[in-house]
Amino acid sequence: MDTLHTCGLKCVALEHVGVKKGGQVLLDDVNLELHCGGITAIIGANGAGKTTMLRAILGDQKHTGRVLFSDHNGNEVDKIKIGYVPQKLDFDISSPVSVADLFGAVRTRRPAFLGPGKARKAHIADRLRDAGCEALAGRRLGELSGGELQRIMLALALDPIPDLLILDEPVSGVDAGGLEQFYKTVSDLRRHYHMAIVLVSHDLELVARYADNVALMGGRLLAFGPPEYVYATDAFKQVFGGVQVRLPKGGSR
Amino acid sequence: MDFVYDLLGKLPFDFLSSNFMKNALLAVLFSSILFGMIGTLAVDNKMAFFSDALGHSAMTGIALGVVLGVRNELICLIAFGVLMALLINRVRAGGTASSDTVISVFSSTALALGLLLLSKYQGINRYSSYLVGDILSVSRQEVVLLFIALLVVGGVWCFVYNKLMLIAVNRSLAASRGVRVTLYENIFSIMVAVVVMLSIKWVGVLLINSLLILPAASARNISRSVKQYHLFSVLFAVVSGLGGLIASWYLAASSGATIVMIAAILFFVTYCTRKLFGR
Repeated sequence: MDTLHTCGLKCVALEHVGVKKGGQVLLDDVNLELHCGGITAIIGANGAGKTTMLRAILGDQKHTGRVLFSDHNGNEVDKIKIGYVPQKLDFDISSPVSVADLFGAVRTRRPAFLGPGKARKAHIADRLRDAGCEALAGRRLGELSGGELQRIMLALALDPIPDLLILDEPVSGVDAGGLEQFYKTVSDLRRHYHMAIVLVSHDLELVARYADNVALMGGRLLAFGPPEYVYATDAFKQVFGGVQVRLPKGGSR
Repeated sequence: MDFVYDLLGKLPFDFLSSNFMKNALLAVLFSSILFGMIGTLAVDNKMAFFSDALGHSAMTGIALGVVLGVRNELICLIAFGVLMALLINRVRAGGTASSDTVISVFSSTALALGLLLLSKYQGINRYSSYLVGDILSVSRQEVVLLFIALLVVGGVWCFVYNKLMLIAVNRSLAASRGVRVTLYENIFSIMVAVVVMLSIKWVGVLLINSLLILPAASARNISRSVKQYHLFSVLFAVVSGLGGLIASWYLAASSGATIVMIAAILFFVTYCTRKLFGR
């Protein structure tokens, strides 16, 4: 494996993480560190194990090896606050779950079927206002457009502000302008809150502009390091063929 | 309990003159509330087929009780139902075959095994009432048991609902919030198994699933929040349950079938409402 290390406080460490399902190896011996205040992009072909790796970090995937979390003082902890924006939410359009129901259910013990309480309602309105989608509180999830759903899911992932933000292809089905805007938002979040951010992306140019590190996956970790380093490896050329990526000069990071 | 009987006796309905009708009424009321409540998440989690398989497994539960000589049928039913539910979850999680295939295999096996054992040891006819159900067979003890189940399941529901709702929206999203997905899925499956088995005697193997799925499916057609979803689902379940029971008494028809017919009519009415008003 080709590796370059960057410094920064470690937030999540994967040690020898492997996943097998139905006799098939989906992920093999992945060793990786994610750092606070850093954006790590995961790239690779379809079926390279990108989502599987994220699910292992989330604790939604049985795996061998270890996933270790550290707090801001570098001490090992059982769990950290994780915000997660799923890959694609295919809702049954008849699903009655509303945006307010979802925000209520993640933070309070009050059963969602009683409706959000008064205090919670105000809090939800605040969070939605911050995300610029105040008007969506009463909407059902199935009624939202792709862009609206993406903003709602990001707002939800940021309530409360997480230590680690995981974005699994968060921009599929969003136009170019929306894409750029989304990466800017993510970059701002990193600057303001110093959280660790992991995102799966197919847009190699945007990744080169915004990510500090890139993890190239292919059933295992093929290469890891800054974009200009990973993009120059043989492994990258094998996976993406002759794709030419314009690398930013100086970068907007 | 006698107080409740007296109270029901004072109502101006002549079908309530006998105690077995009072038992039937109370049993239908308690189960309907349970079904309306649990049904919401069964529909959200696309578990219609799963609960159908559970209903079929009741035959094996009864048969095993007969073969093993266990006096109390209900204990066998619930024990086998819970076992079946957990087993299906386990095999599904293995991911070697698609979910509906796994459930179908379990469903047919359980039904066949039950019929095989019953036909060999007891004769099927004695147990054919389990297929279509017999509401008038509900005993006083079973009514009390249903009421206790209502309180317990209702209590647990308040604690687990938010987590189960999140899982239904997106498993990984739930996991990111620290929800132990497999554990909660199993808890929910056990709840479904217990509720189904407690009611199977009077609703019947063939109809039990409709009682779980139809009210929630109807409620989904017209609900815009989880709160409305619950309210309508329980309301529709109770209306079909009580309405069906009373109608079946006057029609001298199978109560289980009448209840499901009313639930089905409610579904089509709400479905058309949705289509017409675009909600």
